[in-house]
Amino acid sequence: MPAIEILGLEKTYSIGFWRNRPKRALFPLQLTVEDGEIFGFLGPNGAGKTTTLKLLMGLVYPTAGTARILGQDWTEPEVKAQIGFLPEQPYFYDYLTAHELLNYYGQLSGVPARERNRRVEQVLHQVGLPDVKGLQLRKFSKGMLQRVGIAQAILHDPKVVFFDEPMSGLDPMGRREVRDLMEQLKHQGKTVFFSTHILSDAETLCDHVAIIHKGELRGVGAVEDLTSSVQGKVEVVWQGTQIPAGIKALGAECHVSGERVRAIIDEKQQDAAIDALRRERQKLISIIPVRTTLETYFVEKLRRAETTAGKTV
Amino acid sequence: MQSRISHIASNTFREAVRDRVLYNLIAFALLLSGAAILVGQISIEIEKLVVINLGLTAVSLFGVVIAIFIGIGLVSKEIEKRTLYTVLSRPVRRWEFIIGKFFGLAGTLVVNAFFMAIGVFIALFYVSHKFVRADGLILIALYFIILEFLIVCALSLLFSSFSSPLLSAVFAFSLFVVGSFAEDLRNFAGMAHGITRWLATGAAYLVPNFSAFNVISSIAHEQPVAGQLILQNTLYALFYAAMALSGAILIFERRDLK
Repeated sequence: MPAIEILGLEKTYSIGFWRNRPKRALFPLQLTVEDGEIFGFLGPNGAGKTTTLKLLMGLVYPTAGTARILGQDWTEPEVKAQIGFLPEQPYFYDYLTAHELLNYYGQLSGVPARERNRRVEQVLHQVGLPDVKGLQLRKFSKGMLQRVGIAQAILHDPKVVFFDEPMSGLDPMGRREVRDLMEQLKHQGKTVFFSTHILSDAETLCDHVAIIHKGELRGVGAVEDLTSSVQGKVEVVWQGTQIPAGIKALGAECHVSGERVRAIIDEKQQDAAIDALRRERQKLISIIPVRTTLETYFVEKLRRAETTAGKTV
Repeated sequence: MQSRISHIASNTFREAVRDRVLYNLIAFALLLSGAAILVGQISIEIEKLVVINLGLTAVSLFGVVIAIFIGIGLVSKEIEKRTLYTVLSRPVRRWEFIIGKFFGLAGTLVVNAFFMAIGVFIALFYVSHKFVRADGLILIALYFIILEFLIVCALSLLFSSFSSPLLSAVFAFSLFVVGSFAEDLRNFAGMAHGITRWLATGAAYLVPNFSAFNVISSIAHEQPVAGQLILQNTLYALFYAAMALSGAILIFERRDLK
């Protein structure tokens, strides 16, 4: 059973003084997220990622469509008890301490009183905030609030966790810790759905990703599939600073950095390049197929979308 | 369901109690009760009357200011600051949130009224050196003030569910002022003709009739309050607050939290 099924959810806002101008924030969206995977929801700012998450959380109402989470209607309170949500740049009740806030959220999520304190301590430790007792949230830094946000999302041990830009406001160490936490959640059998515009995070973490742009889904797939499409080129690296004539003759683009030279050539010219290096007695270090990065795929998708939109106009 | 409402209410109460502005207002109200002693001392023979009048008016007025001040932000600020996102993404229904907020604010005001009333009784004891049976009537005035708070709380929440804090404050305070003169508005409606009569009558019955809750002056003169008025005011306050809360829920249930 898929953890999340988005079945044609769409959202159109009415804007303007008289609210008579429709603005489509999300075109009908079809998406399936399998149980126990980390799913990346990618897109530039203003693409519709947050709108989708708000729709799934019941914070805004869809113009059409529906969704199912853990096989149930997504609006059911029983479903909400099994999901965790971290909003983008979370902000909490200023005058509460992290312990009080998490206790309150634990109460609302139905965490039994006898377990609540233990869970609060546990998640605060998990997100790297073990020593904040007595400190009110208004004294927390942005990064600390982000960590509290993550803590509240996983406090009640949910089966599905939604993170909206979870790395936002975190330093490199914090980002690393959040990545580790998400992997930990996956190992615990939980489904993680997170939106981001930081592609390296998605590439490192996700099993599947979806790309959204201007409210429209532009591509979905397994990260491996999206990034494994070999471009028919290989990267040849050898030791030295010289570019042999035989390599130049292949029309390769070469880059010398330090004591190494990198050349990108057609896959078919691989043998000729090896021969050329051997002739010139150069020490070959590696030959690796050039793969598409998620960033290349993403940029390509958006560029295509822009071109299509331009043609339509 | 009941427990979620009570958790939201107690969190609202805790947040309000920790807001320093609240303490400033309470301190100011107590100061005013203290000032009543001074005014009482220069009002020979009528010290008690002045203390009760000024003291209870301070309790009522500052309570209303606190109710509006906190109430207007209860929903709109939560939307603006997005604190609501992490509440409504849990198994909490929107109506539970509104009801919880209402009880939290009402609880805060009852506790405030309690402490401010202690101030009034201390001032009263200071000027008259003893309590008499008629002083018990002050409790009825306090009860009416609390009923008044319930209506103001519900109205603040209603406005807060669809407008900004500033506009909500303007609406709620205007309605409080107009409602305080509801009797005059009804009298005016009685004297007017044509469409003005219809409009004035409509407005007079639509705005909350706060003047019916103001028994401070008669209690200061030790005049008893009819049991019928107590029942009538209780039912009226509960009905009006319920209507305003239903309106708040209806609006909030349909609202997109952008």
